[in-house]
Amino acid sequence: MTIQFNDETFRGDYSFRNSPWAIKRFPFPFHEDSYMYSVNMEQHRGGPAGSVYEKRFDVDEHYVSEMRDRALVLAEDPLRCQSLPHMTLAGWDLLELIMVSKSEDYPDLFELHRDGDRWRWVNRPMGIDDTFTFMDETTLPYGPMEYITRQTQGDFAVLDQRDDNLWMDAGMVTTQADWSLDFDIGMNFFEWHAPVPLAHEMGIFKRALKFLMNVQQGAPARRLNWTMTVNPLLDTSPENYHKWGIQKTELTPENIGAKQHLRVELQTFYRLPRSNALVFPIRCYLIAFQDLVTVPKWGRRLHRVVRDLPEELATYKGFIANRPMMLDYLSQYDDGLPTSPGVWPDLDTEPPLQK
Amino acid sequence: MSAAPQKTKAGAEKIEVIVSAVVPVNELVTRFEFQRPDGAPFPPFSAGAHTVVEMNDAGRTRLNPYSLMSDPADPGTYAISVRRDDQGRGGSLFLHRNVKPGDRMTLSYPVNLFPVDLRGRKHVFLAGGIGITPFLAMIAQLEKLGARWELHYACRNEALASYADVLTARHPGKVRIYYDDRKQAIPLGDLLDGQPLGTHVYVCGPKGMIEWVHRTATDHGWPEDNVHSEEFLAPQPGKPFEVRLCKSDMTIRVGENESLLEAMERCGVDAPFLCRGGACGQCETDVVEHEGEFIHRDHWLEDDQQASGTKIMPCVSRFVGPTLVLDR
Amino acid sequence: MSKFQFPKSIASRPVYGTLAPRPGKAHLMIADAEGAEALLDLAAQDVGLMAKAHILYIPRTTGQAYTDRLRALEPAQFYVGPSFDAALPRLRRVLSDAHMGLQVYLAGTEGLMGRAAAEVAAAGIPLGAVQTEHRGSVARRMQCVHCKGITEDVTTDPFTCSHCGLNLFVRDHYSRRLAAFQAVCIDAEDPGNVPEPVELYK
Repeated sequence: MTIQFNDETFRGDYSFRNSPWAIKRFPFPFHEDSYMYSVNMEQHRGGPAGSVYEKRFDVDEHYVSEMRDRALVLAEDPLRCQSLPHMTLAGWDLLELIMVSKSEDYPDLFELHRDGDRWRWVNRPMGIDDTFTFMDETTLPYGPMEYITRQTQGDFAVLDQRDDNLWMDAGMVTTQADWSLDFDIGMNFFEWHAPVPLAHEMGIFKRALKFLMNVQQGAPARRLNWTMTVNPLLDTSPENYHKWGIQKTELTPENIGAKQHLRVELQTFYRLPRSNALVFPIRCYLIAFQDLVTVPKWGRRLHRVVRDLPEELATYKGFIANRPMMLDYLSQYDDGLPTSPGVWPDLDTEPPLQK
Repeated sequence: MSAAPQKTKAGAEKIEVIVSAVVPVNELVTRFEFQRPDGAPFPPFSAGAHTVVEMNDAGRTRLNPYSLMSDPADPGTYAISVRRDDQGRGGSLFLHRNVKPGDRMTLSYPVNLFPVDLRGRKHVFLAGGIGITPFLAMIAQLEKLGARWELHYACRNEALASYADVLTARHPGKVRIYYDDRKQAIPLGDLLDGQPLGTHVYVCGPKGMIEWVHRTATDHGWPEDNVHSEEFLAPQPGKPFEVRLCKSDMTIRVGENESLLEAMERCGVDAPFLCRGGACGQCETDVVEHEGEFIHRDHWLEDDQQASGTKIMPCVSRFVGPTLVLDR
Repeated sequence: MSKFQFPKSIASRPVYGTLAPRPGKAHLMIADAEGAEALLDLAAQDVGLMAKAHILYIPRTTGQAYTDRLRALEPAQFYVGPSFDAALPRLRRVLSDAHMGLQVYLAGTEGLMGRAAAEVAAAGIPLGAVQTEHRGSVARRMQCVHCKGITEDVTTDPFTCSHCGLNLFVRDHYSRRLAAFQAVCIDAEDPGNVPEPVELYK
């Protein structure tokens, strides 16, 4: 299919919208009516046609606008993209991975022509046609990681693997759930996850680290994570929290359906071949509550998950104050009927709302 | 989330190859070079990586890990060098005797348990005998990156000094060779004392050499994180024993000359693995019940885990006793 | 003086130990204020250590209280400086031609140990190999996550950023690279509603 790219904003007038196509393929993260942490990893080798899991790097209708938003963030604060000196090789690995994947998965949008080290990269949606020398930084306008991630949706954490740990030594982070690359760069796996409640005690991070250190070349993995955001604000950074935090208080029973968004991260994990680093693309998908409840199963289930979530998690995810209002809204879409297992919308088999 | 659940496969991804050259290096060591049947490029790899070579030895599957020694920047060829071990379990003998140019074989994707620390200001390689192989790839990679390195290579004698001539010719001033039969030895203490801050040391060779380097580095005040080693353990033969596998609902017998992992594979049990040498942790298996003694030989489990009797690494470890029940 | 027991915290927050002599041909010791006590205790454990030691000492509020006692240990090199920033060129010079095997000992406030550790790590010694012992003030070095300015010696929570003036609360999340804890705006969701500052650990 050919994707129609939206012309929309993730700030100011917030003109971001999901088309019916985007709503139906939204990566709803809850496979049952409750949520708790788990090491919910699986292999990343495609998925149902049209789903966000199908391609290695999903490109959707928000692509061009998201890249415009990223450029705005970087112009304001270049510290959102950093790479420690030993990570340049991993940056080239990442550039190759993305260029090869996108040109194979979306041949109508991206082209890669390789003649030895001489590479030509065509990105039609963004109007880019560049020729450069692979592994020669002087032939690109930015470092290799920055160059390619200015053209790829999602945040990127590039992790060096050494001393039985993973170290966040490079990244492009402009669509984050309230964490700072500038602060966390150089930290190991346990350090950068330190602020997450409960999961350390549950041994989640020890198990996750073991799994991730064993992710091998040619065998990528993925998982989902989620939080809540008021307004379709991609850049919920700690750096700007003193500017956007106030928006969390602007919810009303009248506007909550349009303003409150479920924010889902599709996290994937690839071993990078030349550097033995691990790249951790974190792709953010947003959906307004009013769009999400058009899928009856999702409306029922989201109400139950938000209602039953432990207080520490609601606090950590930053919506404890708004939870009562969210439940008032969501309860209208929960008729108490059972839900089918799994994440899919099941529009043809799940009954419409019975109230 | 289970968008499209798939079972994790045992081992790394596989690559079909054709043996493109078999080159005797000296009396004991032979180099095997591989290309892809369709002429496609190999996946790039990081220096220090190994590949697991799959051998069909008269119906018996052998899986042996070997360091990739070829230039990581050359996607046309993968190469390994194999020392013939006449007392070993037969993998190296099979390669030396049976594998010819044109043969089709299966390799695993590269897996790196011995990576170069790219932060290093300087890299000092210490090789013993056939332990030279990962350093050949590391040297090629670091030369391209323009990094500082030096190699100290201990060999039994000149005739058995694999690649010493090539290395010395190509990198005069960076390579020092030490011959046992001339009573030469790596001056380790002085070598360690003279290195600038940020130097990393890598050792690959016999077990005794690895232990010597770690011990001496500690005595000279070196941080553990700056000393890297890789030692592949070959599974050792032992007394046969019986194992109950509760998930698979079967009881199997581990023969004298096979590992527990190999016995499970022979019986059709899909058991995870990567390195098959006690290092990567992938095959870690929970013990449900046991009566008897474990022979733990891996580098993965902590001492207290080994002592607890609740875990075993089937690729290299064995068991002596009447009852062993595993969660597999 | 008794040592302060920091409450158990999250994984990024440094944990300090007790200095102990280690083998090595050269020993670099950096301390501020009451951190001198930890060096005196260290010297008492190994009579030969000081002959191979270079001490960088910043007395801060303790003035002359410890300098003579440290000098009396007869370290191979002894430097007393007015501030860490003043000592920095000397520290970098020392690290620039040091050799592997150098042992590093840090003692005193979190701010001093953190900054010295970051310098040492940048020179190529892994942080796990650097010994630390906390003595003296429990003040913290804080980075404002908004303006990136560092406020030294923070003793209350919340506090005011010395660069941008925002009201910030003190987190335990710590960056070894920046040698600072993270400080985040406390009244972003309710401007002007700032709780009374409370002394840290009270």
